[in-house]
Amino acid sequence: MNNLIKKFFYGDYGEIEEGASTSQDDQWPLWEIFIRSKQGLDHKHVGSLHAADAKMAIENARDVYTRRQEGISIWVVESKNITASNPDEAGELFEPAQDKIYRHPTFYHLPEKVNHM
Amino acid sequence: MELKKLESIFQQRIKDEIKIEPKDWMPDAYRKTNIRQISQHAHSEIVGMLPEGNWITRAPSLKRKAILLAKIQDEAGHGLYLYSAAETLGISREEMIEQLHSGRAKYSSIFNYPTLTWADMGAIGWLVDGAAIVNQIMLCRTSYGPYSRAMIRICKEESFHQRQGFEILWVLSQGTKDQKAMCQDAINRWWWPSLMMFGPRDSESPNTGQSMEWKIKIKSNDELRQQFVDMIAEQVKVLGMTLPDPDLKWNEKRLHYDFGEINWEEFWNVVNGNGPCNKQRLNARRKAHEDGAWVRDAATAYAEKRNKQSKVA
Repeated sequence: MNNLIKKFFYGDYGEIEEGASTSQDDQWPLWEIFIRSKQGLDHKHVGSLHAADAKMAIENARDVYTRRQEGISIWVVESKNITASNPDEAGELFEPAQDKIYRHPTFYHLPEKVNHM
Repeated sequence: MELKKLESIFQQRIKDEIKIEPKDWMPDAYRKTNIRQISQHAHSEIVGMLPEGNWITRAPSLKRKAILLAKIQDEAGHGLYLYSAAETLGISREEMIEQLHSGRAKYSSIFNYPTLTWADMGAIGWLVDGAAIVNQIMLCRTSYGPYSRAMIRICKEESFHQRQGFEILWVLSQGTKDQKAMCQDAINRWWWPSLMMFGPRDSESPNTGQSMEWKIKIKSNDELRQQFVDMIAEQVKVLGMTLPDPDLKWNEKRLHYDFGEINWEEFWNVVNGNGPCNKQRLNARRKAHEDGAWVRDAATAYAEKRNKQSKVA
């Protein structure tokens, strides 16, 4: 099916090396931005931006994504370094988890007395 | 997988209101429509900084200057969220900027009107941002994931814009006779262009049908416009001001306000590039971009140099 998809797209998912627009070499590379909103929480993907280098990416991310104290820590990763799973293969990739319902606590029916376990 | 199968997966997702993400298969026309709409939206945020930028140095107090600066900075941020969202569809930032600067891409016509007095900053916040919010709240539910996420982020920030605008007008409406007149004058000038922001009537809007089928838009131009009129017609009473429309009247049967006909000739004129400030805005944009070229070049050169150094070390 991949031959039906002529273009490759980046942004949220990386793959800039195959991106439709990287042929223009005077464009700054794309960076994916991750922000920890407060101590104790994970860094979360918030979007992307262009910057000449990592330091500028952090400074731009501060201005673009944390104008209202949304973060206390920023990670920047150049988009081309992210490898994403292929949505066309999502079926096969995630299928093995589908029939293992015994991994969920609700699979087990316990006597009333201990059912809050 | 054959094309038919891909199309049916796509249609099913749209029907089930499952968002479409960048690497999912989508019809070319869906991609194109989104690129056009998201990039126009981004351009509007960027050009929208210009009429307000005129007033930073003339804002009446330090507090008002700081607020206006913050609002304009938000608009730059909104433009960047949207450009990034459009880029996930395969168009480059440079291409979009080029489309804007060459005049091939459109942006919201509202920014082709001049900002003549300080009260215009209030009217823009209240009416123009108010109209934008009505549209943007609807777009939070749009079917393309990155666009929807950008809209949610923008809506969170936009409320400050509308409230600060109303407050500017509120203060003027409590002021001297001249200040009150200035307030009413700004409302008079911005009311009709704000209504035009929702675009042509549904019957004249060729893209609406398909966009609604794809759930890019959830409500039509006329529905959104009515929602806006109903909201503003009430709020204007608080200011003790009026809207410049003799036909504006509550309709007990429809449970909506009736309102007069928009001057569609003016609408199409401004859309087609003949508004009061079209040339001025584009020239200012181009000049800013060209004047900033040396900064971008210097940053690129610096990054390259550091890259080489770190390889040597």
